[in-house]
Amino acid sequence: MESVVVKNITKTYGKEKKIAVDDVSFSVNKGELFGLIGPDGAGKTSIFRVLTTLLLADRGSASIDGLDVVTDFKSIRNTIGYMPGRFSLYQDLTVEENLSFFATLFGTTIQENYDLIKDIYIQIEPFKTRRAGKLSGGMKQKLALCCALIHKPNVLFLDEPTTGVDPVSRKEFWEMLKKLKEQDITIIVSTPYMDEANLCDRIALIQEGKILSIDSPKNIIDNYPDVLFAIKADKMYPLLQALSVYPKRLASYAFGEFAHFSFQGKPNQPDLLQFLENKGIKNIEIKEAAVTIEDSFIKLLS
Amino acid sequence: MRIIKFLFIKEFKQIFRNRAILAVIMVMPVIQLIILPLAANFEIKNINLAVVDNDRSDYSRDLINQVIASGYFKLRSYNDSYKQAFIQIEDDNADLILEIPRGFEQDLIRENKQQLFIGVNAINGTKAGLGAGYINQIIQEYNNGLRNKLNVADSFNAIPVIEITTSNWYNPHLNYRLFMVPGILAILVTLVGGFLSALNIVKEKEAGTIEQINVSPVKKYHFILGKLIPFWILGNVVFTLGLLVGWVFYGIIPLGNIFVLYAFVCVYLLAILGFGLLISTICDTQQQAMLIMFFFVMIFVLMGGLFTPIDSMPDWAKTASKFNPISYFIDVMRMVIIKGSGFKDISKHILIILGFAIVLNTAAVINYRKTS
Repeated sequence: MESVVVKNITKTYGKEKKIAVDDVSFSVNKGELFGLIGPDGAGKTSIFRVLTTLLLADRGSASIDGLDVVTDFKSIRNTIGYMPGRFSLYQDLTVEENLSFFATLFGTTIQENYDLIKDIYIQIEPFKTRRAGKLSGGMKQKLALCCALIHKPNVLFLDEPTTGVDPVSRKEFWEMLKKLKEQDITIIVSTPYMDEANLCDRIALIQEGKILSIDSPKNIIDNYPDVLFAIKADKMYPLLQALSVYPKRLASYAFGEFAHFSFQGKPNQPDLLQFLENKGIKNIEIKEAAVTIEDSFIKLLS
Repeated sequence: MRIIKFLFIKEFKQIFRNRAILAVIMVMPVIQLIILPLAANFEIKNINLAVVDNDRSDYSRDLINQVIASGYFKLRSYNDSYKQAFIQIEDDNADLILEIPRGFEQDLIRENKQQLFIGVNAINGTKAGLGAGYINQIIQEYNNGLRNKLNVADSFNAIPVIEITTSNWYNPHLNYRLFMVPGILAILVTLVGGFLSALNIVKEKEAGTIEQINVSPVKKYHFILGKLIPFWILGNVVFTLGLLVGWVFYGIIPLGNIFVLYAFVCVYLLAILGFGLLISTICDTQQQAMLIMFFFVMIFVLMGGLFTPIDSMPDWAKTASKFNPISYFIDVMRMVIIKGSGFKDISKHILIILGFAIVLNTAAVINYRKTS
């Protein structure tokens, strides 16, 4: 069953009609963890704001559980939870006050839906009398998630929830999302981190307002058309420069401590090795690499 | 109703946790009300006087003594020439030159006529005008005294003189504090109410918390009321504090019924809070809201009739002040406190302010959008 349906949404900003979202369509199934993956400025937040009834699209339609985001916005506001990218709870209210305030706004109480947030809230409960502004980054995220969940939404929108959060807290956060998924809550999450894409059921790769590809992370990786090599040498920069002038090069780019490389036509490792050695590159190491989402993304962009 | 109550509790919690704001609301008006009326004195004293006495006679000395004895003037220098005295004005050591011509005493007795010269530094218009007025009056008195002295015999068949007696109704001693304190209080209540409400919604915009409210099912009017009521209460508190300061420090007790005053303030606060809210729905940052509010408050205050009576303004300004809520408030304050006006006398004011309140708040609710 489809929970969120987006059809041909277009949104432009300002007088010069700068396109933020360009004819985007996708649908998310009930209970799915759906990721919008793309760099900053790709239009992720604009899509979120259209879906959370905060922004009117120029063209196209969108619905949540069959409710239209324009005509039925009042009902939608009861059934969704939204956690904006920026921490936006009351910094001068305590953890508990924030939570009970947002519960009241949705006509419910902390006790009523405590089951849903229990696992998360337990971690911040020792600090419940502390003001929200005095919490650490990870704690703030947990509190914001609790506040977005307190009214038991059907669909949860998380706009870059892990940006600026330390790796441990990030991992914890994704664990929490997995648990929420079990409660049959549809989750749409956006992130600029490619490694987080693997944790989603399905992802949409998005760039400059356009969706490049929608599929499960596994399918996206499996559909990578080329054989990918990882190359290492004692100096990275000359290696990249040499690779960029190799005649049979299809793509080459830095990837961590390696350079990722793919051939035009049939791979020919010895020839490449010879070429690099002639260029004066030392300690060359060439091996086949496992494709990641990031490689797929770079491939789609080229 | 439950939601409004919670919004309202939240607002109060935030206000009481922010010590700086609390101080602005409670302490600032009290201190200002204590200091401002003391300084805003319209009676001009200590006018610096430079004297050029070319006569150096008994008569000229008498005149100078009489001028100084009035208490309004301070003798700064005796000069030999007008030129020398003028340097005193240029150096800002003197505000007024009194030049007594050579042969002042002699000619006065012989020809019954003499001329004096007064030069005024008019950079400060009020001081110059009042100074010239005072000294004219003193010279007049001196002149009368001379007449009596010289023409004792036939003093009773002199030219008929009309003597004017003035009685100052409602403020018999022309106590300017009685006049200023209610006006200043009106302005303070306006400042606190207007600025607090204008900055508040904008603060939520800046912090991003308004997004969280916007995605919730909270209705627009719930949200606006949740903002209005706390500041409305605070406005009343400030007003009460102000009345107490007026009573304790200046002994001002409203002549009229205090409930008439509160009835007006209750309506007035709705109008001014609505104005603040309207501005906050237009602005995106606290800085913008602050500057726009400042622009309007300056105009409201200077054209509200606190310092200069509206009746003596040009016609266009009189028309403009009809749209100035402060002018009604200052008017009502003075009417009720000094004159003891009743509900019937200010009913027109209340109705007009009620109109302001309805228009401004409706505009604020319409203008506050949950969707961009």
